[in-house]
Amino acid sequence: MTVMIISVVAYLILGPIVGGLLAGCDRKITAHMQSRVGPPIRQPFYDVFKLTEKEDITVNNVQDFYVLCFLIFTIVTGCLFFAGQSLLLVFFTLTTASTFLIVAAYSSNSPYAEAGAARELLQVMAYEPMVLLSAIGFYMATGSFDVSQIMTSETMPFFAVWGLFIGLVFIMTIKFRKSPFDLSMSEHAHQELVGGLKTEFSGKTLAMVEVAHWYENVMLLGLIFLFFANGTVAGYVIGVVVALLTYFLEIFIDNSFARMKWQAAINSAWIVAAALGAVNLFVLLLV
Amino acid sequence: MSTIIFLIVFPLVVAVALLILKADAARDIVVKVGSAVIIAASIYLVVKYFSSGGQYFSASNEAVGTAMTIISALLAIVGFVLGIKYKKYLACLLVVVTTPLQLWFEFTKGHEIAVNYNMYIDRLSMIMVLIIGIIGTLICVYALGYMKDDQKHQKDGKDRRPWFFFLMFVFLSAMFGIVTSNNLLWMFFFWEITTYCSFFLIGYNGLFHKKEFEDKIATRNAFRAFIMTSLGGLGFVIGIILLGSGLGTIELSTMLAYGSMGGSVVAPALFLVFAGLTKAAQMPFDSWLLGAMVAPTPTSALLHSSTMVKAGVFLIIKLAPVLGWNIAGIMAMFVGGITFLMTSFAAIGQSNGKKVLAYSTISNLGLICACGGVGTPEAVWAGIMLIIFHAITKCLMFLCVGTAEHQIGSRNIEDMDGLFEKLPRLAGCMMIGIAGMYLAPFGMLISKWATLTAFVDSGNILLILIICFGSAATVFYWTKWLGKLSATMAGRENLQKNVHGEETFVHVTLATLTVLVCLCFPFISSTLVVPYLVSAFGAVDALALSANNMIIMCIMIAVIVLLFIFFFGRTNKKIVPIYMNGVNEGDNLSFKNAFQAPTEVGLRNWYMESYFGEVKMNVIGCVATAVLEVACIVAVAALMLGGIA
Repeated sequence: MTVMIISVVAYLILGPIVGGLLAGCDRKITAHMQSRVGPPIRQPFYDVFKLTEKEDITVNNVQDFYVLCFLIFTIVTGCLFFAGQSLLLVFFTLTTASTFLIVAAYSSNSPYAEAGAARELLQVMAYEPMVLLSAIGFYMATGSFDVSQIMTSETMPFFAVWGLFIGLVFIMTIKFRKSPFDLSMSEHAHQELVGGLKTEFSGKTLAMVEVAHWYENVMLLGLIFLFFANGTVAGYVIGVVVALLTYFLEIFIDNSFARMKWQAAINSAWIVAAALGAVNLFVLLLV
Repeated sequence: MSTIIFLIVFPLVVAVALLILKADAARDIVVKVGSAVIIAASIYLVVKYFSSGGQYFSASNEAVGTAMTIISALLAIVGFVLGIKYKKYLACLLVVVTTPLQLWFEFTKGHEIAVNYNMYIDRLSMIMVLIIGIIGTLICVYALGYMKDDQKHQKDGKDRRPWFFFLMFVFLSAMFGIVTSNNLLWMFFFWEITTYCSFFLIGYNGLFHKKEFEDKIATRNAFRAFIMTSLGGLGFVIGIILLGSGLGTIELSTMLAYGSMGGSVVAPALFLVFAGLTKAAQMPFDSWLLGAMVAPTPTSALLHSSTMVKAGVFLIIKLAPVLGWNIAGIMAMFVGGITFLMTSFAAIGQSNGKKVLAYSTISNLGLICACGGVGTPEAVWAGIMLIIFHAITKCLMFLCVGTAEHQIGSRNIEDMDGLFEKLPRLAGCMMIGIAGMYLAPFGMLISKWATLTAFVDSGNILLILIICFGSAATVFYWTKWLGKLSATMAGRENLQKNVHGEETFVHVTLATLTVLVCLCFPFISSTLVVPYLVSAFGAVDALALSANNMIIMCIMIAVIVLLFIFFFGRTNKKIVPIYMNGVNEGDNLSFKNAFQAPTEVGLRNWYMESYFGEVKMNVIGCVATAVLEVACIVAVAALMLGGIA
C-alpha cells in the first residue's frame, strides 16, 4: 500500500517534470539532427507558463470542460498504471481520455479542428488492437494483468512477448505523435494540416493539453519499462535504458520520415498487430 | 408460480383491452396502468424468489398443452395463408414442414414423455424478467406519444394503433413465457409467438394494407424476418425431437443436468443453438434485423433491447454449461465472433443512425453468443452482463433516434450536428447512451473487459484477435457519432418543446438507469449473476473482474457524474469565433469565398467505405458463418449416423 501511494504521488509530481524535460530533450536532439542549436531544455516549461498568461478566450462554453476531463483522465490513467492496477483498466481509461480530447475538438464545429479530430480517431483505431494485444501478452506470460504482479515476475516478460514489444514500439510512433504518423496535430509545418485537433485550443486550455501529453508520455515509457521488469535492480536499469532508447528511436524516426497518408497508418499498424500478435500469442499458448 | 402465470396472462388481458379500445385517452390510461402493474409484478416476482434463488414448478395441465397446440396450428394456418397471399412460398414451405413435424412429435413420442417440471424461475430468469418487465413496458409508454405522430404519416388514414399495441403486449407475454418455461415444447410455443409478433410488427406499414397504400419494403422485410426466424424454429423442433428420442426428455433442466454429468447432448444442443443464432440475428441471418428498421421506432427498440433477439441469446447463455469445445459450442463461439467483427466494421461505413444501431446490436449479440459458446463461468458472467447493459443502453439509443427523426426529419447522423442546440435534453440522453455503449467506466465496456479476459483464459487466440480489432472499430464508429452530437452550432432553434412528454420521460428514465446500473452492477453481480453461475456450473473459481476493479469503475462513474454536474457548460472566458483562415463570416457557419461571397461550411464524418463497405463485410461474414454452420450440422449428422450404424 505504501509503495503504491509513494509511486502515485511520485508520478503526480515527477510526471510532468520528466515529461517536460523529455520534450525539451526531444527539441534539442531534433534541432541537432537538423543542424540547429535549438532552444534550452527547459523551453517546454517556459512555453506552458507563457500559455497560462494568455488572454482567457474560448470558442464555446463546453470545449474547455472536455479538455479538463481529458487532462484528469490522462492523469488517472497514469496513476492507475503506477499504482500497479490492471493493464486493461489502464488502457480502457486511456481510451476514455482520448475520447474526451476528440470530443473537445468536435465540439467547436471548426473545420480544422474537426479534420484533426477525425484523424485522431483514426489513429486511435489504428493503435488500439496492438495496445490490447500487448496487455494480453503480459497476462499470458506472467499470469496477471496487474502491473504490480508483472513488476515482480521472475523472468523478464520481454523474452516471452518479444513480438508484442516490437509491435508496441511500432505503434508508439503514433502514440507519441511522431512523423510519419503525426496526422492529427502535427507540430511540424511539413504537412497540410498544422495544429489540426488543437486549432481551437488556446491559453490555459492548450497548456492543459501539453501537460496531459507529458503525463501520457511518461506512462507510455513506463509501459516499455514493464517489458524488462523482473524484480531486480538490473532489470529496472535495463528497463529505463530501453525506454529512453525507444524515445530516442522515435525522435530519430520523426526526423527521417516525411508524413505518410492515413492509409499507411492504419494498414501498417493493423498488419503489424495481427501478424506479430497472432504469432506471439500462439507461441505463448504452446509453451 | 401464481406471479409467473400473472406475468404471462396479464399482458394478454391488457393486449386484448387495447385491441378493443379505440380512443387515445383510454389507450393512454390502459398502457400506463398496465405497464405500472407489469413493472410491479416483475419486481415482486424477483423479491419473492430472491432469497430462495428460484424454484421449479410442475404446472402440469392438459388443457394448457392442448390450447398451445391449437394456437400453434392456427398461427401456422395464418402464416401459410399470408404466405400464399403475398406470394412468399418459402414462408409457406417452412410452415408446412415445421408445424406438422412439431405436431407429429407431440402426438407420438412427445405424448409418452413424462414432464416433471413445466416451468421454473431461477436467477437468470429473474434478470430477464426485470429486463422484459421494465424496459419492455417503458417502450410501450414511449410508443404512446410516438404513435400519435406516426398516425399523422399514415397514408390511408386508418388507425391501426390498437393492433400495434396489442402486438406489443402479446410480445411481452410471450417473452415472459420463454424465460420461465422448462418444458421445451412450451418454450417453443412462446418462441413461435414472438416470431409471429415480430412478423406483424415489422410488416405494420405493409401487411393488410390496400395495394396503393402498402409499403412494399415493410412487407418484404416482414417476410424476410419470418422466413429466417422460422428456419430457426425448424432447428428448434429438430432439437426437441433429437432430445426427446435420444434422451427421452423434453425438459431443459434435465438436458443441462445430463450434459453437465458428461452425457452427450451435442446434437440437440447444436440445433437449439442454431435456433438461438437465427433469433439473435447472427450472420448469415443478420439481414432480418437490419430490415426490421422499416417498422415504427418502438418496434425496433423492442426487438433490439428486451425481446426477440434477447430470446436468442438467452437460450444460448442457458445452454452454455453444455457448450465449450464441442461442435455446438464451436458453432456458437465462432459464428458469434465472426459476426461481432464483421458487423463492427460494417457499422463504420453507415451514416443512417438506425443502421449503425442495428449493426451495433448484432455485433454485441455476437459477443454474447461467443460468450455462451465458450461456456466457462466467467464467459457466461460477461455474457449476462452484456445482456443487461445492452438492453438498457440500446433501448435508450433507439428511442432517442426515433424522437430525433420525428423532430429533425432525418435519421442520418450527418443531420444530427447541432442537435446539442436544437434538442439539448435529447442530445444529452443520446450522449449518455453512446458513452454507455463503449467507454470506460460504463457498463458495456465492463462487460467487454470481462469478455476479453474470459476469452484469454479459454486460450482462444482467434477470438482474442477478433475482440481486439472489433473493439477498435467500435471506438471509431461511436466516437464519430458522439462528436457530431457534441458540435455546438449557434443560432439553432430549440425544438425540445415539441417532444411528447411520455418520450422525454422515458429517455430520462433510461439515461438514469444506464448510469445507475453501472453504479450498482457489483451488487447485481454478487446477488444475481454469481449465484446463478454457482447453481449452473457447480463452482465459480474467479471472476474476470476483481472486486477491486469493480470498485474503481464505480468511483470513476461517480467522478464523471460529479464533473458534469458542477462544471459542464460553464465558462467565464470570452467567447470568440472559430478559426477559418481569417474568412469566418462571424457566425461560425459560413466563410467568405474567393469572390467575397458567403459560403456555408459543411463538415462530414469519415466512413471509410473502401475499407469497411457494408456489402463487402456482409459477403465475407455471411459466407464464413454459413460454411461454418453447414460444416457443424453435417459433422453432427455424420456422427449420429455413425453412432446408429
